[in-house]
Amino acid sequence: MTPLGLREFHPFEAAGERYVYMVPSAGVFRLDPPSAAVLDALGRGPRLPDEVICELSDRFPEDRLRDALSELVEIRAIGAAGAPREQVVNDLPPEGFPLTTMVLNVTNKCNLACTYCYEYGEDKIVDTKFGDQPKFMADETARESVEFLLKESGALPVAHLTFFGGETLLNFPVLQDTVAYARRRAAEEGKRIEFSLTTNATLLRPEIIEWLAENQIGVTVSIDGPKEMQDRMRVFHSGRGSYETVKPRIKELLRVHRTRPIGARVTLTRENLDIRRIFDHLTEEMGFWEVGFAPVTTDANRDYALEDEGLEDMLRQFGELARDWLEATVRNRHHGFSNVKDTLEEIHKGVSKAYPCGAGLGLMGVSTSGDVGLCHRFAGSDEHRMGTVAAGIDRERQLEFLEQHHIRNKTDCHTCWARPICSGGCYHESHVRYGSTTGPNLHFCTWVRSWTHTCLEIYGELAERNPDYLSRFDA
Amino acid sequence: MKHLKPINQKAGRIEAQIARVAADQDVVGLQSRPEGPHIPLGCSLVFFPGWEVDSQGGTAGLCQPVERDLFDCHLACFWPAHVPDQLNHSVDWTGKCASAQKDWRKLDLVFP
Repeated sequence: MTPLGLREFHPFEAAGERYVYMVPSAGVFRLDPPSAAVLDALGRGPRLPDEVICELSDRFPEDRLRDALSELVEIRAIGAAGAPREQVVNDLPPEGFPLTTMVLNVTNKCNLACTYCYEYGEDKIVDTKFGDQPKFMADETARESVEFLLKESGALPVAHLTFFGGETLLNFPVLQDTVAYARRRAAEEGKRIEFSLTTNATLLRPEIIEWLAENQIGVTVSIDGPKEMQDRMRVFHSGRGSYETVKPRIKELLRVHRTRPIGARVTLTRENLDIRRIFDHLTEEMGFWEVGFAPVTTDANRDYALEDEGLEDMLRQFGELARDWLEATVRNRHHGFSNVKDTLEEIHKGVSKAYPCGAGLGLMGVSTSGDVGLCHRFAGSDEHRMGTVAAGIDRERQLEFLEQHHIRNKTDCHTCWARPICSGGCYHESHVRYGSTTGPNLHFCTWVRSWTHTCLEIYGELAERNPDYLSRFDA
Repeated sequence: MKHLKPINQKAGRIEAQIARVAADQDVVGLQSRPEGPHIPLGCSLVFFPGWEVDSQGGTAGLCQPVERDLFDCHLACFWPAHVPDQLNHSVDWTGKCASAQKDWRKLDLVFP
Protein backbone atom coordinates (compact mmCIF):
# COMPACT_ATOMS: atom_id res chain seq x y z
CA MET A 1 0.00 0.00 0.00
CA THR A 2 1.25 3.41 -0.78
CA PRO A 3 1.70 5.97 1.93
CA LEU A 4 -0.65 8.93 1.79
CA GLY A 5 0.42 12.54 1.86
CA LEU A 6 -1.20 15.95 1.74
CA ARG A 7 -2.22 17.31 -1.65
CA GLU A 8 -2.94 20.91 -2.42
CA PHE A 9 -5.35 22.98 -0.35
CA HIS A 10 -5.39 26.10 1.80
CA PRO A 11 -6.69 25.69 5.35
CA PHE A 12 -8.56 28.44 7.17
CA GLU A 13 -10.74 28.85 10.23
CA ALA A 14 -13.99 30.65 10.80
CA ALA A 15 -16.55 30.74 13.61
CA GLY A 16 -14.60 28.12 15.50
CA GLU A 17 -14.63 25.61 12.64
CA ARG A 18 -11.90 24.41 10.34
CA TYR A 19 -12.18 24.58 6.57
CA VAL A 20 -10.17 23.73 3.50
CA TYR A 21 -10.09 25.68 0.23
CA MET A 22 -9.22 23.02 -2.31
CA VAL A 23 -6.66 23.83 -4.98
CA PRO A 24 -7.18 23.96 -7.88
CA SER A 25 -10.81 22.84 -7.75
CA ALA A 26 -11.77 25.77 -5.46
CA GLY A 27 -14.23 23.67 -3.48
CA VAL A 28 -14.68 24.83 0.12
CA PHE A 29 -15.34 22.07 2.67
CA ARG A 30 -15.83 22.21 6.42
CA LEU A 31 -13.90 19.61 8.40
CA ASP A 32 -15.13 17.67 11.38
CA PRO A 33 -12.85 16.49 14.21
CA PRO A 34 -11.87 13.11 12.67
CA SER A 35 -11.08 14.59 9.25
CA ALA A 36 -9.18 17.47 10.84
CA ALA A 37 -7.17 14.99 12.90
CA VAL A 38 -6.30 12.95 9.80
CA LEU A 39 -5.06 16.07 8.01
CA ASP A 40 -3.01 17.08 11.02
CA ALA A 41 -1.43 13.64 11.24
CA LEU A 42 -0.52 13.66 7.54
CA GLY A 43 0.65 17.22 7.87
CA ARG A 44 3.57 15.89 9.83
CA GLY A 45 4.64 13.74 6.87
CA PRO A 46 3.37 10.96 4.59
CA ARG A 47 2.11 7.87 6.41
CA LEU A 48 0.49 4.59 5.59
CA PRO A 49 -3.28 4.81 6.09
CA ASP A 50 -3.26 2.03 8.67
CA GLU A 51 -0.62 3.87 10.69
CA VAL A 52 -2.70 7.04 10.74
CA ILE A 53 -5.77 5.17 11.82
CA CYS A 54 -3.84 3.33 14.49
CA GLU A 55 -2.38 6.56 15.84
CA LEU A 56 -5.78 8.24 16.09
CA SER A 57 -7.79 5.22 17.24
CA ASP A 58 -7.74 6.33 20.86
CA ARG A 59 -9.63 9.50 19.91
CA PHE A 60 -12.02 8.28 17.23
CA PRO A 61 -13.57 4.93 16.26
CA GLU A 62 -11.71 3.20 13.45
CA ASP A 63 -14.59 3.07 10.98
CA ARG A 64 -15.14 6.85 11.25
CA LEU A 65 -11.46 7.41 10.60
CA ARG A 66 -11.58 5.17 7.53
CA ASP A 67 -14.57 7.06 6.20
CA ALA A 68 -12.91 10.40 6.85
CA LEU A 69 -9.75 9.18 5.13
CA SER A 70 -11.58 8.00 2.07
CA GLU A 71 -13.60 11.23 1.79
CA LEU A 72 -10.40 13.26 1.99
CA VAL A 73 -8.94 11.11 -0.79
CA GLU A 74 -12.06 11.64 -2.88
CA ILE A 75 -11.90 15.43 -2.71
CA ARG A 76 -8.12 15.15 -3.34
CA ALA A 77 -7.08 16.72 -0.07
CA ILE A 78 -4.81 13.73 0.40
CA GLY A 79 -3.40 11.23 -2.07
CA ALA A 80 -0.55 8.89 -2.85
CA ALA A 81 2.64 10.40 -1.48
CA GLY A 82 5.12 11.09 -4.21
CA ALA A 83 2.48 11.01 -6.92
CA PRO A 84 3.34 13.43 -9.71
CA ARG A 85 1.88 16.88 -9.24
CA GLU A 86 -1.28 17.43 -11.20
CA GLN A 87 -0.34 19.29 -14.33
CA VAL A 88 -2.14 22.51 -15.12
CA VAL A 89 -4.21 21.54 -18.10
CA ASN A 90 -4.11 23.86 -21.09
CA ASP A 91 -7.83 23.75 -21.76
CA LEU A 92 -8.74 26.63 -24.02
CA PRO A 93 -12.27 28.02 -23.89
CA PRO A 94 -14.62 26.43 -26.41
CA GLU A 95 -14.88 28.03 -29.82
CA GLY A 96 -17.70 30.45 -30.22
CA PHE A 97 -17.44 31.71 -26.64
CA PRO A 98 -19.88 34.62 -26.62
CA LEU A 99 -19.09 38.24 -25.90
CA THR A 100 -21.06 39.34 -22.83
CA THR A 101 -19.80 42.87 -22.32
CA MET A 102 -18.55 45.54 -24.67
CA VAL A 103 -17.02 48.77 -23.37
CA LEU A 104 -17.33 51.70 -25.78
CA ASN A 105 -14.75 54.42 -25.55
CA VAL A 106 -16.94 57.27 -26.81
CA THR A 107 -14.27 59.95 -26.41
CA ASN A 108 -10.59 60.41 -25.72
CA LYS A 109 -11.11 63.87 -24.28
CA CYS A 110 -11.53 64.60 -20.64
CA ASN A 111 -12.22 67.84 -18.84
CA LEU A 112 -10.14 66.73 -15.86
CA ALA A 113 -6.40 66.15 -15.71
CA CYS A 114 -5.99 63.42 -13.10
CA THR A 115 -2.29 62.50 -13.17
CA TYR A 116 -2.80 58.85 -12.36
CA CYS A 117 -5.32 58.21 -15.12
CA TYR A 118 -4.51 54.91 -16.77
CA GLU A 119 -6.08 56.09 -19.99
CA TYR A 120 -4.47 59.47 -20.43
CA GLY A 121 -2.06 60.09 -17.57
CA GLU A 122 1.65 59.42 -17.21
CA ASP A 123 1.44 55.67 -17.82
CA LYS A 124 -0.90 55.72 -20.77
CA ILE A 125 -0.49 53.19 -23.54
CA VAL A 126 -2.32 54.99 -26.32
CA ASP A 127 -0.99 58.21 -27.80
CA THR A 128 -4.11 60.31 -27.84
CA LYS A 129 -2.43 63.58 -28.73
CA PHE A 130 -0.66 62.59 -31.92
CA GLY A 131 -2.07 59.16 -32.64
CA ASP A 132 -4.74 57.97 -35.08
CA GLN A 133 -7.68 57.76 -32.76
CA PRO A 134 -10.38 60.39 -33.32
CA LYS A 135 -11.25 62.54 -30.31
CA PHE A 136 -14.86 61.46 -30.39
CA MET A 137 -16.51 58.28 -31.52
CA ALA A 138 -18.79 58.95 -34.47
CA ASP A 139 -22.42 57.92 -34.45
CA GLU A 140 -21.81 55.46 -37.25
CA THR A 141 -18.98 53.74 -35.38
CA ALA A 142 -21.18 53.47 -32.31
CA ARG A 143 -23.91 51.81 -34.37
CA GLU A 144 -21.40 49.42 -35.92
CA SER A 145 -20.31 48.60 -32.39
CA VAL A 146 -23.87 47.77 -31.40
CA GLU A 147 -24.14 45.42 -34.38
CA PHE A 148 -20.80 43.91 -33.37
CA LEU A 149 -22.09 43.26 -29.85
CA LEU A 150 -25.35 41.79 -31.07
CA LYS A 151 -23.52 39.45 -33.41
CA GLU A 152 -20.68 38.39 -31.13
CA SER A 153 -22.94 37.81 -28.13
CA GLY A 154 -24.32 34.84 -30.02
CA ALA A 155 -27.22 33.14 -28.29
CA LEU A 156 -27.01 35.10 -25.05
CA PRO A 157 -30.37 36.70 -24.24
CA VAL A 158 -28.74 39.64 -22.44
CA ALA A 159 -25.64 41.60 -23.42
CA HIS A 160 -23.96 44.51 -21.63
CA LEU A 161 -22.84 47.79 -23.09
CA THR A 162 -20.73 50.11 -20.98
CA PHE A 163 -19.87 53.64 -22.05
CA PHE A 164 -16.43 54.89 -21.12
CA GLY A 165 -13.92 57.62 -21.98
CA GLY A 166 -12.09 60.11 -21.40
CA GLU A 167 -15.05 61.77 -19.82
CA THR A 168 -17.98 59.82 -21.18
CA LEU A 169 -20.54 62.61 -20.90
CA LEU A 170 -18.55 64.85 -23.23
CA ASN A 171 -20.09 62.80 -26.03
CA PHE A 172 -23.66 62.85 -24.71
CA PRO A 173 -25.34 63.10 -28.13
CA VAL A 174 -23.74 59.82 -29.22
CA LEU A 175 -24.77 58.22 -25.93
CA GLN A 176 -28.37 59.16 -26.50
CA ASP A 177 -28.44 57.96 -30.08
CA THR A 178 -26.61 54.73 -29.31
CA VAL A 179 -28.86 53.72 -26.44
CA ALA A 180 -31.96 54.32 -28.52
CA TYR A 181 -30.49 52.46 -31.48
CA ALA A 182 -29.23 49.57 -29.37
CA ARG A 183 -32.58 49.13 -27.62
CA ARG A 184 -34.43 48.96 -30.90
CA ARG A 185 -31.95 46.62 -32.58
CA ALA A 186 -31.70 44.32 -29.57
CA ALA A 187 -35.48 43.95 -29.47
CA GLU A 188 -35.45 43.10 -33.19
CA GLU A 189 -32.89 40.37 -32.49
CA GLY A 190 -34.87 39.02 -29.54
CA LYS A 191 -32.25 40.14 -27.03
CA ARG A 192 -31.91 42.73 -24.34
CA ILE A 193 -28.99 45.10 -23.79
CA GLU A 194 -28.20 46.53 -20.37
CA PHE A 195 -26.35 49.81 -20.21
CA SER A 196 -23.93 51.39 -17.81
CA LEU A 197 -21.39 54.18 -17.83
CA THR A 198 -18.53 55.67 -15.88
CA THR A 199 -18.23 59.41 -15.33
CA ASN A 200 -16.31 61.96 -13.29
CA ALA A 201 -19.68 63.61 -12.47
CA THR A 202 -18.58 67.13 -13.43
CA LEU A 203 -21.00 67.28 -16.37
CA LEU A 204 -24.12 65.85 -14.77
CA ARG A 205 -26.65 68.38 -16.02
CA PRO A 206 -30.29 67.88 -15.00
CA GLU A 207 -31.33 66.65 -18.43
CA ILE A 208 -28.48 64.12 -18.42
CA ILE A 209 -29.53 62.87 -14.99
CA GLU A 210 -33.08 62.54 -16.20
CA TRP A 211 -31.97 60.62 -19.27
CA LEU A 212 -29.90 58.26 -17.12
CA ALA A 213 -32.87 57.57 -14.88
CA GLU A 214 -35.37 57.14 -17.71
CA ASN A 215 -33.07 54.77 -19.58
CA GLN A 216 -32.04 52.78 -16.51
CA ILE A 217 -28.35 53.29 -17.06
CA GLY A 218 -26.11 51.94 -14.31
CA VAL A 219 -23.71 54.67 -13.21
CA THR A 220 -20.24 54.47 -11.72
CA VAL A 221 -18.79 57.74 -10.49
CA SER A 222 -15.02 58.07 -10.30
CA ILE A 223 -14.39 59.91 -7.06
CA ASP A 224 -11.62 59.71 -4.48
CA GLY A 225 -13.35 60.75 -1.27
CA PRO A 226 -13.88 63.93 0.78
CA LYS A 227 -12.70 67.28 -0.56
CA GLU A 228 -9.04 67.15 0.46
CA MET A 229 -8.62 63.72 -1.11
CA GLN A 230 -10.63 64.41 -4.23
CA ASP A 231 -8.86 67.70 -4.92
CA ARG A 232 -5.41 66.22 -4.55
CA MET A 233 -5.46 64.22 -7.76
CA ARG A 234 -8.80 64.80 -9.49
CA VAL A 235 -8.21 68.30 -10.79
CA PHE A 236 -9.22 70.42 -13.76
CA HIS A 237 -6.55 71.38 -16.29
CA SER A 238 -6.14 74.61 -14.36
CA GLY A 239 -5.16 72.67 -11.26
CA ARG A 240 -8.39 73.54 -9.46
CA GLY A 241 -9.97 70.70 -7.49
CA SER A 242 -13.22 69.18 -8.72
CA TYR A 243 -14.93 68.38 -5.42
CA GLU A 244 -17.10 71.50 -5.21
CA THR A 245 -18.23 70.90 -8.78
CA VAL A 246 -19.12 67.23 -8.41
CA LYS A 247 -20.70 67.27 -4.96
CA PRO A 248 -24.01 68.95 -5.81
CA ARG A 249 -24.23 67.04 -9.10
CA ILE A 250 -23.74 63.70 -7.40
CA LYS A 251 -26.33 64.56 -4.78
CA GLU A 252 -28.78 65.44 -7.50
CA LEU A 253 -28.01 62.23 -9.37
CA LEU A 254 -28.60 60.14 -6.26
CA ARG A 255 -31.81 61.98 -5.52
CA VAL A 256 -33.33 61.58 -8.98
CA HIS A 257 -31.89 58.35 -10.40
CA ARG A 258 -33.37 55.43 -8.48
CA THR A 259 -33.74 52.81 -11.22
CA ARG A 260 -30.24 51.33 -11.00
CA PRO A 261 -27.66 51.19 -8.20
CA ILE A 262 -25.07 53.95 -8.32
CA GLY A 263 -21.56 53.13 -7.21
CA ALA A 264 -18.42 55.10 -6.51
CA ARG A 265 -15.02 54.02 -7.73
CA VAL A 266 -12.08 55.22 -5.66
CA THR A 267 -8.43 55.21 -6.74
CA LEU A 268 -6.06 54.69 -3.85
CA THR A 269 -2.60 56.24 -4.01
CA ARG A 270 0.23 56.66 -1.57
CA GLU A 271 -1.27 59.91 -0.30
CA ASN A 272 -4.85 58.71 -0.43
CA LEU A 273 -5.23 55.70 1.87
CA ASP A 274 -7.67 56.71 4.57
CA ILE A 275 -10.09 54.08 3.39
CA ARG A 276 -12.46 54.18 6.35
CA ARG A 277 -12.87 57.94 6.05
CA ILE A 278 -13.39 57.76 2.29
CA PHE A 279 -15.95 54.99 2.67
CA ASP A 280 -17.91 56.76 5.37
CA HIS A 281 -17.91 60.02 3.46
CA LEU A 282 -19.06 58.50 0.20
CA THR A 283 -21.79 56.35 1.73
CA GLU A 284 -23.06 58.53 4.55
CA GLU A 285 -22.45 62.08 3.42
CA MET A 286 -22.78 61.58 -0.33
CA GLY A 287 -25.22 58.66 -0.32
CA PHE A 288 -23.62 56.14 -2.70
CA TRP A 289 -25.05 52.65 -2.50
CA GLU A 290 -21.67 51.00 -3.04
CA VAL A 291 -18.00 51.93 -3.04
CA GLY A 292 -15.28 50.01 -4.86
CA PHE A 293 -11.63 50.72 -4.14
CA ALA A 294 -8.78 50.14 -6.54
CA PRO A 295 -5.09 50.74 -5.91
CA VAL A 296 -3.64 52.96 -8.62
CA THR A 297 -2.19 51.15 -11.63
CA THR A 298 1.18 52.68 -12.27
CA ASP A 299 4.78 52.17 -12.97
CA ALA A 300 6.63 51.51 -9.72
CA ASN A 301 8.55 54.78 -9.94
CA ARG A 302 5.61 57.17 -9.71
CA ASP A 303 5.53 59.12 -6.50
CA TYR A 304 1.90 58.28 -5.97
CA ALA A 305 2.47 54.53 -6.41
CA LEU A 306 1.67 52.32 -3.46
CA GLU A 307 4.73 50.73 -1.90
CA ASP A 308 4.89 47.82 0.50
CA GLU A 309 3.75 49.78 3.56
CA GLY A 310 0.93 51.24 1.52
CA LEU A 311 -0.18 47.80 0.39
CA GLU A 312 -0.06 46.51 3.97
CA ASP A 313 -2.05 49.48 5.17
CA MET A 314 -4.60 48.94 2.43
CA LEU A 315 -4.88 45.27 3.37
CA ARG A 316 -5.42 46.07 7.04
CA GLN A 317 -8.11 48.64 6.31
CA PHE A 318 -9.80 46.38 3.77
CA GLY A 319 -9.90 43.74 6.50
CA GLU A 320 -11.61 46.13 8.91
CA LEU A 321 -14.20 47.18 6.35
CA ALA A 322 -14.74 43.54 5.43
CA ARG A 323 -15.51 42.73 9.08
CA ASP A 324 -18.00 45.60 9.18
CA TRP A 325 -19.54 44.23 6.00
CA LEU A 326 -19.83 40.81 7.62
CA GLU A 327 -21.49 42.11 10.78
CA ALA A 328 -24.02 44.04 8.71
CA THR A 329 -24.65 41.15 6.35
CA VAL A 330 -25.32 38.55 9.04
CA ARG A 331 -28.10 40.89 10.14
CA ASN A 332 -29.30 41.22 6.53
CA ARG A 333 -28.41 44.90 6.49
CA HIS A 334 -26.79 46.43 3.44
CA HIS A 335 -23.13 47.47 3.53
CA GLY A 336 -21.58 49.13 0.50
CA PHE A 337 -18.04 47.72 0.53
CA SER A 338 -18.18 46.08 -2.88
CA ASN A 339 -14.62 44.70 -2.96
CA VAL A 340 -15.42 42.03 -0.39
CA LYS A 341 -18.77 41.19 -1.94
CA ASP A 342 -17.16 40.61 -5.33
CA THR A 343 -14.53 38.28 -3.88
CA LEU A 344 -17.11 36.37 -1.85
CA GLU A 345 -19.15 35.79 -4.96
CA GLU A 346 -16.16 34.16 -6.64
CA ILE A 347 -15.43 32.04 -3.57
CA HIS A 348 -19.05 30.94 -3.40
CA LYS A 349 -19.14 29.88 -7.02
CA GLY A 350 -15.78 28.17 -6.64
CA VAL A 351 -14.22 29.77 -9.71
CA SER A 352 -11.02 28.18 -10.91
CA LYS A 353 -9.73 30.55 -13.51
CA ALA A 354 -7.53 29.81 -16.49
CA TYR A 355 -7.45 33.57 -17.10
CA PRO A 356 -7.56 36.45 -14.60
CA CYS A 357 -10.57 38.02 -16.26
CA GLY A 358 -12.73 37.88 -19.36
CA ALA A 359 -10.71 40.40 -21.38
CA GLY A 360 -10.31 39.35 -24.98
CA LEU A 361 -12.93 36.68 -24.48
CA GLY A 362 -16.20 37.68 -22.84
CA LEU A 363 -15.30 41.34 -22.50
CA MET A 364 -13.82 43.69 -25.09
CA GLY A 365 -13.14 47.38 -25.37
CA VAL A 366 -13.77 49.49 -28.47
CA SER A 367 -11.75 52.60 -29.26
CA THR A 368 -13.13 55.79 -30.77
CA SER A 369 -12.11 54.60 -34.23
CA GLY A 370 -13.84 51.24 -33.87
CA ASP A 371 -10.75 49.15 -33.12
CA VAL A 372 -11.53 46.30 -30.77
CA GLY A 373 -9.06 45.84 -27.93
CA LEU A 374 -8.65 43.39 -25.07
CA CYS A 375 -10.59 45.66 -22.77
CA HIS A 376 -11.26 49.37 -22.20
CA ARG A 377 -7.77 49.84 -20.81
CA PHE A 378 -6.27 48.65 -24.10
CA ALA A 379 -8.74 50.28 -26.47
CA GLY A 380 -6.80 52.07 -29.20
CA SER A 381 -3.54 50.23 -28.57
CA ASP A 382 -2.30 48.71 -31.83
CA GLU A 383 -0.35 46.01 -30.04
CA HIS A 384 -3.46 44.74 -28.27
CA ARG A 385 -5.99 45.02 -31.06
CA MET A 386 -8.30 42.03 -31.46
CA GLY A 387 -10.17 43.20 -34.54
CA THR A 388 -12.54 45.97 -35.56
CA VAL A 389 -16.24 46.44 -35.08
CA ALA A 390 -16.67 46.53 -38.85
CA ALA A 391 -14.76 43.35 -39.65
CA GLY A 392 -15.34 41.48 -36.39
CA ILE A 393 -13.02 39.65 -34.03
CA ASP A 394 -9.77 38.40 -35.52
CA ARG A 395 -10.10 34.77 -34.40
CA GLU A 396 -6.47 33.92 -35.09
CA ARG A 397 -5.31 36.81 -32.98
CA GLN A 398 -7.78 35.87 -30.25
CA LEU A 399 -6.58 32.27 -30.22
CA GLU A 400 -2.99 33.45 -30.02
CA PHE A 401 -3.90 35.68 -27.10
CA LEU A 402 -5.74 32.89 -25.29
CA GLU A 403 -2.89 30.45 -25.78
CA GLN A 404 -0.25 32.93 -24.62
CA HIS A 405 -2.08 34.08 -21.50
CA HIS A 406 -3.36 30.78 -20.15
CA ILE A 407 -2.36 30.14 -16.56
CA ARG A 408 -0.45 27.10 -17.75
CA ASN A 409 2.24 29.51 -18.95
CA LYS A 410 2.45 31.42 -15.67
CA THR A 411 4.85 29.11 -13.91
CA ASP A 412 5.17 31.44 -10.93
CA CYS A 413 1.52 30.81 -10.26
CA HIS A 414 1.64 27.04 -10.30
CA THR A 415 2.64 26.70 -6.66
CA CYS A 416 0.36 29.44 -5.34
CA TRP A 417 -2.80 28.33 -3.53
CA ALA A 418 -4.68 31.46 -4.59
CA ARG A 419 -4.33 30.79 -8.29
CA PRO A 420 -7.90 29.55 -8.87
CA ILE A 421 -9.21 32.99 -7.95
CA CYS A 422 -6.30 35.18 -9.06
CA SER A 423 -4.71 33.52 -12.09
CA GLY A 424 -2.03 36.19 -12.28
CA GLY A 425 -4.11 39.34 -12.11
CA CYS A 426 -4.94 42.20 -14.47
CA TYR A 427 -3.22 42.23 -17.90
CA HIS A 428 -3.05 46.02 -17.92
CA GLU A 429 -1.50 46.16 -14.47
CA SER A 430 1.13 43.72 -15.67
CA HIS A 431 1.75 45.66 -18.86
CA VAL A 432 2.24 48.95 -17.03
CA ARG A 433 4.51 47.41 -14.43
CA TYR A 434 6.51 44.91 -16.50
CA GLY A 435 5.98 45.91 -20.12
CA SER A 436 4.06 42.77 -21.04
CA THR A 437 0.61 41.39 -20.49
CA THR A 438 1.72 37.78 -20.27
CA GLY A 439 3.26 37.62 -16.80
CA PRO A 440 1.60 37.52 -13.38
CA ASN A 441 1.56 40.59 -11.15
CA LEU A 442 4.26 39.45 -8.77
CA HIS A 443 4.19 42.73 -6.87
CA PHE A 444 0.68 41.82 -5.72
CA CYS A 445 1.11 38.15 -4.83
CA THR A 446 1.45 38.54 -1.08
CA TRP A 447 -1.39 41.03 -1.00
CA VAL A 448 -3.72 38.83 -3.01
CA ARG A 449 -3.06 35.79 -0.84
CA SER A 450 -3.65 37.78 2.33
CA TRP A 451 -6.83 39.38 1.03
CA THR A 452 -8.17 36.07 -0.30
CA HIS A 453 -7.45 34.44 3.07
CA THR A 454 -9.39 37.20 4.83
CA CYS A 455 -12.28 36.75 2.42
CA LEU A 456 -12.25 32.98 2.98
CA GLU A 457 -12.56 33.61 6.73
CA ILE A 458 -15.43 36.02 6.10
CA TYR A 459 -17.04 33.49 3.79
CA GLY A 460 -16.77 30.68 6.32
CA GLU A 461 -18.32 32.82 9.02
CA LEU A 462 -21.11 33.97 6.73
CA ALA A 463 -21.81 30.34 5.80
CA GLU A 464 -22.27 29.64 9.52
CA ARG A 465 -24.22 32.70 10.60
CA ASN A 466 -26.29 33.65 7.53
CA PRO A 467 -26.07 30.93 4.86
CA ASP A 468 -29.25 32.13 3.14
CA TYR A 469 -27.47 35.30 2.06
CA LEU A 470 -25.07 33.24 -0.08
CA SER A 471 -27.82 31.97 -2.35
CA ARG A 472 -27.87 35.34 -4.10
CA PHE A 473 -24.44 34.40 -5.51
CA ASP A 474 -25.65 31.09 -6.90
CA ALA A 475 -24.62 30.70 -10.49
CA MET B 1 -20.48 12.87 2.84
CA LYS B 2 -20.27 12.17 6.52
CA HIS B 3 -17.19 14.06 7.59
CA LEU B 4 -16.70 16.85 5.09
CA LYS B 5 -19.43 19.42 4.59
CA PRO B 6 -19.51 21.06 1.15
CA ILE B 7 -19.92 24.79 1.70
CA ASN B 8 -19.65 26.50 -1.68
CA GLN B 9 -21.23 25.62 -5.02
CA LYS B 10 -18.07 24.02 -6.35
CA ALA B 11 -17.86 21.74 -3.32
CA GLY B 12 -21.45 20.75 -3.98
CA ARG B 13 -20.57 19.80 -7.53
CA ILE B 14 -17.54 17.84 -6.33
CA GLU B 15 -19.73 15.94 -3.88
CA ALA B 16 -22.23 15.16 -6.62
CA GLN B 17 -19.45 13.99 -8.93
CA ILE B 18 -18.04 11.68 -6.25
CA ALA B 19 -21.48 10.22 -5.63
CA ARG B 20 -21.98 9.60 -9.34
CA VAL B 21 -18.63 7.86 -9.65
CA ALA B 22 -19.32 5.76 -6.60
CA ALA B 23 -22.77 4.82 -7.77
CA ASP B 24 -22.19 3.52 -11.23
CA GLN B 25 -19.15 4.95 -12.89
CA ASP B 26 -16.51 3.21 -10.89
CA VAL B 27 -16.08 0.75 -13.70
CA VAL B 28 -16.80 2.02 -17.18
CA GLY B 29 -16.91 0.42 -20.54
CA LEU B 30 -14.16 1.82 -22.71
CA GLN B 31 -16.66 2.64 -25.42
CA SER B 32 -18.61 4.88 -23.06
CA ARG B 33 -17.27 8.30 -22.21
CA PRO B 34 -16.93 8.82 -18.50
CA GLU B 35 -17.00 12.33 -17.09
CA GLY B 36 -13.64 13.84 -16.45
CA PRO B 37 -10.20 12.24 -16.71
CA HIS B 38 -10.36 8.55 -16.02
CA ILE B 39 -7.45 6.34 -15.12
CA PRO B 40 -6.49 4.19 -17.00
CA LEU B 41 -6.44 6.32 -20.15
CA GLY B 42 -6.25 5.05 -23.65
CA CYS B 43 -8.14 2.78 -25.94
CA SER B 44 -6.22 -0.42 -25.71
CA LEU B 45 -4.81 -0.21 -22.23
CA VAL B 46 -7.37 -2.31 -20.48
CA PHE B 47 -5.47 -2.69 -17.30
CA PHE B 48 -2.38 -0.62 -16.94
CA PRO B 49 -1.29 -0.35 -13.35
CA GLY B 50 1.93 1.46 -14.12
CA TRP B 51 5.16 1.15 -15.86
CA GLU B 52 8.70 0.39 -14.90
CA VAL B 53 11.92 2.14 -15.71
CA ASP B 54 15.29 0.54 -15.69
CA SER B 55 18.25 1.77 -13.71
CA GLN B 56 18.98 4.33 -16.41
CA GLY B 57 15.48 5.77 -16.17
CA GLY B 58 14.54 4.43 -19.58
CA THR B 59 12.83 1.38 -20.91
CA ALA B 60 15.65 -0.09 -22.96
CA GLY B 61 16.84 -2.38 -20.24
CA LEU B 62 13.47 -3.83 -19.37
CA CYS B 63 12.18 -6.06 -22.05
CA GLN B 64 14.94 -7.38 -24.18
CA PRO B 65 14.85 -9.05 -26.59
CA VAL B 66 11.47 -7.55 -27.62
CA GLU B 67 12.47 -3.94 -27.02
CA ARG B 68 10.81 -1.45 -29.33
CA ASP B 69 8.96 -4.14 -31.14
CA LEU B 70 5.85 -2.10 -31.66
CA PHE B 71 5.43 1.54 -32.52
CA ASP B 72 3.57 1.99 -29.27
CA CYS B 73 6.58 0.85 -27.29
CA HIS B 74 7.86 4.37 -27.82
CA LEU B 75 4.75 6.01 -26.37
CA ALA B 76 3.62 3.77 -23.54
CA CYS B 77 5.45 0.71 -22.44
CA PHE B 78 3.70 -2.57 -23.04
CA TRP B 79 5.80 -4.29 -20.50
CA PRO B 80 4.78 -7.81 -21.43
CA ALA B 81 2.76 -8.83 -18.40
CA HIS B 82 1.32 -5.39 -17.64
CA VAL B 83 2.30 -5.79 -14.05
CA PRO B 84 4.88 -4.08 -11.86
CA ASP B 85 8.11 -5.72 -10.85
CA GLN B 86 7.07 -7.91 -7.96
CA LEU B 87 10.59 -9.12 -7.30
CA ASN B 88 12.19 -5.82 -6.43
CA HIS B 89 9.98 -2.77 -6.51
CA SER B 90 6.41 -3.73 -5.70
CA VAL B 91 6.81 -6.89 -3.71
CA ASP B 92 3.45 -6.52 -1.98
CA TRP B 93 1.50 -5.54 -5.02
CA THR B 94 -0.87 -8.50 -4.73
CA GLY B 95 -0.69 -8.58 -0.95
CA LYS B 96 -4.40 -7.75 -0.54
CA CYS B 97 -5.57 -9.58 -3.62
CA ALA B 98 -6.24 -13.14 -2.54
CA SER B 99 -8.76 -13.69 -5.31
CA ALA B 100 -8.26 -11.60 -8.44
CA GLN B 101 -11.93 -11.98 -9.33
CA LYS B 102 -13.07 -10.35 -6.12
CA ASP B 103 -10.13 -8.25 -4.96
CA TRP B 104 -8.87 -6.71 -8.19
CA ARG B 105 -9.81 -3.21 -6.98
CA LYS B 106 -7.13 -3.54 -4.34
CA LEU B 107 -4.39 -3.61 -6.95
CA ASP B 108 -3.05 -0.11 -6.92
CA LEU B 109 -1.38 2.10 -9.52
CA VAL B 110 2.41 2.16 -9.41
CA PHE B 111 4.43 5.24 -10.20
CA PRO B 112 8.06 5.00 -11.23
